Amino acid sequence: MRGYMIFVGHRLFKAVFVLAAVVVLNFMLIHAAPGDPATVMAGEAGAADPLFIAQLRHQFGIDQSLPRQLLIYLGHISHGDLGFSYRQQRPVWDLLAARLPATILLTFSAFLLALLGGVLFGTLAAINVGRLTDTAVTVLALLSYATPIFWIGLMLVLLFSVDLGWLPAFGYESVGSGFSGLTRVADIGRHMILPVTTLGLFYMAVYARLTRASILEVITLDFVKTARAKGQKEWKIVWRHVLRNALLPVITMAGIQAGQLVGGSILVETVFAWPGLGRMTFDAVLQRDYQVLLGVFFVTSVLVIGFNILTDILYSIVDPRVDIG
Amino acid sequence: MTLHANLSRRWILAAGGAATLLPGAGVLAADETPVRGGTLTTIIQPEPPLLVLGLNQQAPTQTVAGKIYESLLTYDFDLQPKPSLAKSWQVSGDGLTYTFQLQDGVKWHDGAPFSAHDVVFSLKTFLMETHPRARELFGRCASIEAPDDKTVVFTLKQSFPAFLQSFEISTAPIMPAHIYEGTDYRSNPKNATPIGTGPFKFDQWEKGSYIHLVAAPDYWQKGKPYLKDIYFKVIPDAASRALALETGDVLQSQYNDIDPFDVARLTKNPTLQITKKGYEFVAPVMWIEINTRVKPLDDKRFRQAILYALDREFIRDRIWFGLGRVATGPINSVTKYYDSNVPKYPYDPAKATALLDQMGLKPDGSGVRATLKFMPLPYGETWQRLGEYVKQALGKVGVSVILESTDAAGWGRREANWDFDMTADFLYQYADPSIGVSRTYVSSNIHKGVMFSNTEGYSNPEVDTLFEQAARENDPKRRQQYYTKVQQILVEDVPVAWLLEMEFPTILNKRVHNAITTAIGVNETYADAWVDKA
Repeated sequence: MRGYMIFVGHRLFKAVFVLAAVVVLNFMLIHAAPGDPATVMAGEAGAADPLFIAQLRHQFGIDQSLPRQLLIYLGHISHGDLGFSYRQQRPVWDLLAARLPATILLTFSAFLLALLGGVLFGTLAAINVGRLTDTAVTVLALLSYATPIFWIGLMLVLLFSVDLGWLPAFGYESVGSGFSGLTRVADIGRHMILPVTTLGLFYMAVYARLTRASILEVITLDFVKTARAKGQKEWKIVWRHVLRNALLPVITMAGIQAGQLVGGSILVETVFAWPGLGRMTFDAVLQRDYQVLLGVFFVTSVLVIGFNILTDILYSIVDPRVDIG
Repeated sequence: MTLHANLSRRWILAAGGAATLLPGAGVLAADETPVRGGTLTTIIQPEPPLLVLGLNQQAPTQTVAGKIYESLLTYDFDLQPKPSLAKSWQVSGDGLTYTFQLQDGVKWHDGAPFSAHDVVFSLKTFLMETHPRARELFGRCASIEAPDDKTVVFTLKQSFPAFLQSFEISTAPIMPAHIYEGTDYRSNPKNATPIGTGPFKFDQWEKGSYIHLVAAPDYWQKGKPYLKDIYFKVIPDAASRALALETGDVLQSQYNDIDPFDVARLTKNPTLQITKKGYEFVAPVMWIEINTRVKPLDDKRFRQAILYALDREFIRDRIWFGLGRVATGPINSVTKYYDSNVPKYPYDPAKATALLDQMGLKPDGSGVRATLKFMPLPYGETWQRLGEYVKQALGKVGVSVILESTDAAGWGRREANWDFDMTADFLYQYADPSIGVSRTYVSSNIHKGVMFSNTEGYSNPEVDTLFEQAARENDPKRRQQYYTKVQQILVEDVPVAWLLEMEFPTILNKRVHNAITTAIGVNETYADAWVDKA
């Protein structure tokens, strides 16, 4: 236990420097893009005169020198203040918090679906290698992996919403329905089915292929033969001996993906009009909403670092040979 | 005046005639009994940053806030003023004094009474600080005064007959003085919950999802609005928006919500109706902006050659899928003082090459006479296609075109700073050439760093004088003469290469009635709109 504490403490210490570097680098990168939020807003308003743009620049604080803007931003962030979006007239933290529930709901559901489904189908394919199940899983995985995600989304909407009318096509819940309690949960659930499936399919394909390859590698190893020789049941061999050893690459992949979950998915959120963070980030890029972008990057960095630490701990639990000391 | 009136009316009749061929031309019919209590769901795209119309005038802001706020006037399809917050008005004989009488019983959504003071505050103080176009228009006033609670008097420094076109909602929204007077407008905490006098009041804004407006109970037009509430849904993907219309999830789309190639398909849907009316006030004209400081674009023969080399009917039919009319010059045919009697530029590549030959631009070994850059407008696929077409069409006459891609912010920065050879652009005309047309061509509006100014750098003293005279001339006949002359000069000089007078489809579910009733279309208050029961 003490080993874990030292490990985590050590990593957190390093994380502070990584974060600081991330913030400064992001700040520089964002400001390197041509144009600024004042130009965008003036362009959108269709009318512009020098005074209008100067007023906006002053309001946004971008009439100050770049190093000064950076210092101000660092000052804010060291107090846990993510700044204020002048474009949206709200604190960045409020904007993030408003989008977070919908984002997490979508991405974590898709993540779980992908992970469970992927490992299940990957295992099925591996233990039936060369047979019909294997071919079916491999072909389906390849298809879901290679088809553009927005196209799958649109096709699902066409089939299940337009033609069959079974499921709602867009949004997070029925707008203006006045649902509450369980009815509301069920309503949100119905809205989740299509986007979660769309997003989940892609990652499920990744996990299925990874699991299959990894199992095929492990299944030929000596300890598996030994287990077989002992006369253990096949499912027990797969569950206890093969899968535990084969899961490491899947965990690595899942760890990377988990850190990005909060960033949402631009494509799926766009197709399904899902009010998530991915779309907000994308819009913020186009609108040069610096504060929002930096805020999203900061939160995502924190989560990536967190999940990396978590993944390392998971390694040692799944495979005790991995020593985190 | 008569000339323009005939012309514009003819256009509108033509437009109206076309609409009757399409299913559901009953959009505008008012002969049925309105159904009360309906809910209108519509699309809002992109999501506006805020809804206070005095602070933000983006197109989607106008559509939502046009239901919350009101202005003194609105305009019929012929651009003639109609009462809104003003019930009547008089213009003095010398064209210098405009007197407005305000409606009775008008209240702000928070219950405070509305008075002439709100009008004076908005147009003299608030908008002067925040709104570029209003600053330009109301800056022409020597005084704006309220002799009593129901009367506002504008005195102009110089006659400016277009002044009566300056009271449309996006130019002159009336803001509540009791909320903003003496505060910092942009950081006023009430900006999150806008207060207007319109038929709908703000209820809720779920960022990224929808905006909800509900009927204002004390609206000054008794018995209106008919709708119970309006939902504006944020649907970021164009294909999804088309599907939303088909499934009935939304009942209305406007402007560019639907990609041109989807419009034909939706037109065939028996539950939908389409109208192109309601954009007469903004009447955008789209053009290729030409940086006349760059050689060989400084030579008008080269610019004429560009117009001859482009098949603008192809652009309309194949890129905009039939939406729009080929532009003959700087003024849109539905805007006041349009004149069709100008030099014409039919598609004629031979004439284009002849002009280039005349300039001495001979093709080199690989057939290239000149190489120029074209920066497509970063507003989606259609504009990208236009860029590709321009590249191909100019390539045929020996002008090699390099496409440059940008995003909105980059485009704005480069256009404003004259950092381009050619780009595409479109500007609203706001009913009168002295408001929305002259700004592109007069040399007094060459300002580096300012978008949508005279960025092409065209300068012609005769054009400057004509626009100046026309803007001040009270006699409509003489005014028309000035504008006819200036159109002829500009079309000869080709400071920009006009492509199309843009048309936008407003697609409505057939359950929606009386939505598009004026020249400002979807930005209207919708006090009269109603929706059948599902």
